[in-house]
Amino acid sequence: MTASALQVQGMNRNFGALKVTRDVDLTLERGARRALIGPNGAGKTTLVNLITGVLRPSSGKVLLNGEDITALSQAQRARRGIARTFQINQLFRGLTVLENLSLAIGERDGHCNNLWRATGGRRIVIDEALDHLASLRLVDDALKLVRELPYGRQRLVEIAIALAQKPRVLLLDEPAAGVPSSESHLILDVVESLDPDIAVLIIEHDMDVVFRFARRITVLVAGAIFTEGTPHEIMANEQVRAVYLGQEGRRVGGGASHG
Amino acid sequence: MPQYANIAVSILFDGLAYAMFLFITSVGLSVTMGLMNFVNLAHGAFAMAGGYLVVTLTRSLGVPFIPSLIVAAVVVGAVSVVFERLLYRRLYRATDLEQVLLTIGLAFMAIATYTYFYGPIPKSVPLPRWLEGDVNLGFRTFPSYRAFLIVVGFLLIAVLWYGFERTNIGAKIRAAVDNRRMAQSVGINVDRLFTLIFALGSGLAALGGGLAIQLLGLNPSFAVIYLVLFLLVVAVGGLGSLKGTLLAALVLGIFDTAGKYLFADAGGFFIYAITVLVLLVKPAGFYGRE
Amino acid sequence: MAVSETMNAPEASNGSPLSAHEGAPESARERAAQYVVSRHRFRPAEALPWLLAIAAYFIFPDRMTFGSQVAIMIMFALSLDLILGYAGIVTLGHAAFFGIGAYTVALMVVRFGWTEPISGLFAAAILTGIFGFVLGWFTLRYRGLTLIMLTLATAIMLQEAGNLRSDITGGYDGLPGLTFKPLFGIFNYDLYGHAYYLYAMAALAIVFVLVRRIVYSPFGQALTGIRENVRRMHAIGSPVHRRLVTVYTISAAIAGVAGALFTQTNAYVTLTVFDFDNSAKVMVMLILGGTGRLYGAFVGAVVYLILEDDLSKFSPTFWQFGIGLLLVLTVLFAPRGLLGLIENAAAYLSKRFKS
Repeated sequence: MTASALQVQGMNRNFGALKVTRDVDLTLERGARRALIGPNGAGKTTLVNLITGVLRPSSGKVLLNGEDITALSQAQRARRGIARTFQINQLFRGLTVLENLSLAIGERDGHCNNLWRATGGRRIVIDEALDHLASLRLVDDALKLVRELPYGRQRLVEIAIALAQKPRVLLLDEPAAGVPSSESHLILDVVESLDPDIAVLIIEHDMDVVFRFARRITVLVAGAIFTEGTPHEIMANEQVRAVYLGQEGRRVGGGASHG
Repeated sequence: MPQYANIAVSILFDGLAYAMFLFITSVGLSVTMGLMNFVNLAHGAFAMAGGYLVVTLTRSLGVPFIPSLIVAAVVVGAVSVVFERLLYRRLYRATDLEQVLLTIGLAFMAIATYTYFYGPIPKSVPLPRWLEGDVNLGFRTFPSYRAFLIVVGFLLIAVLWYGFERTNIGAKIRAAVDNRRMAQSVGINVDRLFTLIFALGSGLAALGGGLAIQLLGLNPSFAVIYLVLFLLVVAVGGLGSLKGTLLAALVLGIFDTAGKYLFADAGGFFIYAITVLVLLVKPAGFYGRE
Repeated sequence: MAVSETMNAPEASNGSPLSAHEGAPESARERAAQYVVSRHRFRPAEALPWLLAIAAYFIFPDRMTFGSQVAIMIMFALSLDLILGYAGIVTLGHAAFFGIGAYTVALMVVRFGWTEPISGLFAAAILTGIFGFVLGWFTLRYRGLTLIMLTLATAIMLQEAGNLRSDITGGYDGLPGLTFKPLFGIFNYDLYGHAYYLYAMAALAIVFVLVRRIVYSPFGQALTGIRENVRRMHAIGSPVHRRLVTVYTISAAIAGVAGALFTQTNAYVTLTVFDFDNSAKVMVMLILGGTGRLYGAFVGAVVYLILEDDLSKFSPTFWQFGIGLLLVLTVLFAPRGLLGLIENAAAYLSKRFKS
């Protein structure tokens, strides 16, 4: 029996009396394409933080390929194959794009344990970094400092770093957020062409993106799983519409714009 | 009184007086750093400026001691606003290191300036008759000045506590320290609030500096030597916390006094050792956040 | 302050085209790869500080003792640059390592009669490294004011401890009259410190090569990552605490060697080596020269020490004011230090000449 790629069991997180995550069970199979949606403040990012180890749970477990990683630190989980992007870019702004990538690769393969040989001596790392940049059409920016790039391109670097980790589970927190619509297609193209073996969870508000990308949708409301299903099931779900219409005022179900 | 009890009482008394000085001078630094996340290492220089102003007022202008303290506090508080508006404001978003360096640079300039005008020799201040000598509390006599310091400390604590806990402004300050962005979005003018706090804190530091002359002596290196102590109090107490600063001042003040009484040379250790212990267990200090 | 902003790459720091405007994407890729591959190679301009050092030997033969102290402070500043400039960790109390190194050598002479200088350096490095490792392991979990106070308090306690046992350490009066065996048994120490100067410079050269290798290695790159965004480093799986403790240990060892050289070249050591003033001084030098730049330590130490030597003799008060003013001006107008200013000037000039 193949273990699922990622499993969250009975996840709870309290801040004092405030329950921000309640009894969440979530399973991502290999190659999953899951969207996590829900109104603002539902606890979506919190859940990702719990999965990646930024937050410790009040109770519950996280399993990666069947292995219990709940006690592991964020860095340990990352080394076991979990990668994430942040809602607001977390990049090495004072370093070049190429350095951003080669750091991710260097930490992944343990090159960064080496104090002696120059980074220049590792052609294999440089080439892999450039390959990643090429696939995202960022090669021209390779030697630019990240903080000099327009926001949309920075967002691409954010995703590139996550991909450079060669993860088995990828968590994307609103990857297109803040990206001007003229550039968001780049992000979406990347998301669509992700390796089919990777289990991907994407937090998203834009329903167009959700329906284009997701095979299953999990709806989170007030920290608890509201419902789960295929895009069509969710679309047809009256309660989901009700929960959403007050918040988003956006097209739910790919129909005409309500404005 | 039996000998050991006598010593204990002396330690407590002297320690309390010292703690009051630490509290008065450090509380401004704690709230400033807690509210604006601005590391102001020139704080000691404000205390020193207050001390020297009191010296000038009392010696050269014949102003009595207590009014001098008040004047010094007000003047330094007002002048500090100029620094805040012209200089500090530019570095609110700068790194810790840049803030440290800028304010240390200012402190150095201040020390040099005061050395030039007042000379390096410690200054003293003429006290009113009733502050000299001892006061008899029945079971024992105590140095009047230190008793005075303790009384002033209590008064200030009461006033500050009332101001923070019971007034509107105090509530706004607490809100802003707790969550600045939230406070701003609720319409609290955090910038103006901060200027007010900064002035108040610097004024209190000046007051502390004036009070310290008789207790610890005043020379230009005061600004840097005692800065370390203020930082210890602030770190141990927790940034932005009145309670924390008070508790830290008491703990550090009394233990330092006890150490010096009981262990002479080795006594200097205590405050540093306590600081390290507290910070290893509670990195944000007694009442700090995160 | 990125590793990529080395002496010879103002283009990258201004973000302007090293990427291709003309040519196929392939050449842009190759160009990028070539840049990284050759970045660590020694550039001709890097010979400059050493040529100047050798020139000084011949031009200022009467200032050789001063020259040794400059070399020592450059080494001290380099050690601080590793944690402050590259890893971005602010501590106060680096003088503790300097002091431990200084006293290691002194006590070896006084207590064990061991006067061989080079083994003294190694002993200082090892002892200080161990201390740095332990201190770093406990304190580098923290940042900000907490870390500053922990390191400062530790340094002060060390000094107080030294004062307590002034029977061993000589207290603030110190341990005078420490003489050392001639280097390699041959080079004796003359009154004007010629041999000492070369000795200190040689030690500096070796340390510098080591530091330079670390900085250009993947580990060095990880340090800049920690400086730029430690959250991101955790998220990509970097064992941040381990990296920091490693660099802190190395930094401590180097500072220890600087301290040991101090004792050897001065034949004298007092507890003032632990002074907060010392920690502050080296930080000022580094900021002045420019952090995270290797050569910032050189520029900053030289400028600071020359100014101090000239100005504080004239009036210590003016010197203190001047240093304060310099700090304020540097923070406000030259946050990347003198080296940053030089780079800006060079970039500006090269643009002017191109157009």
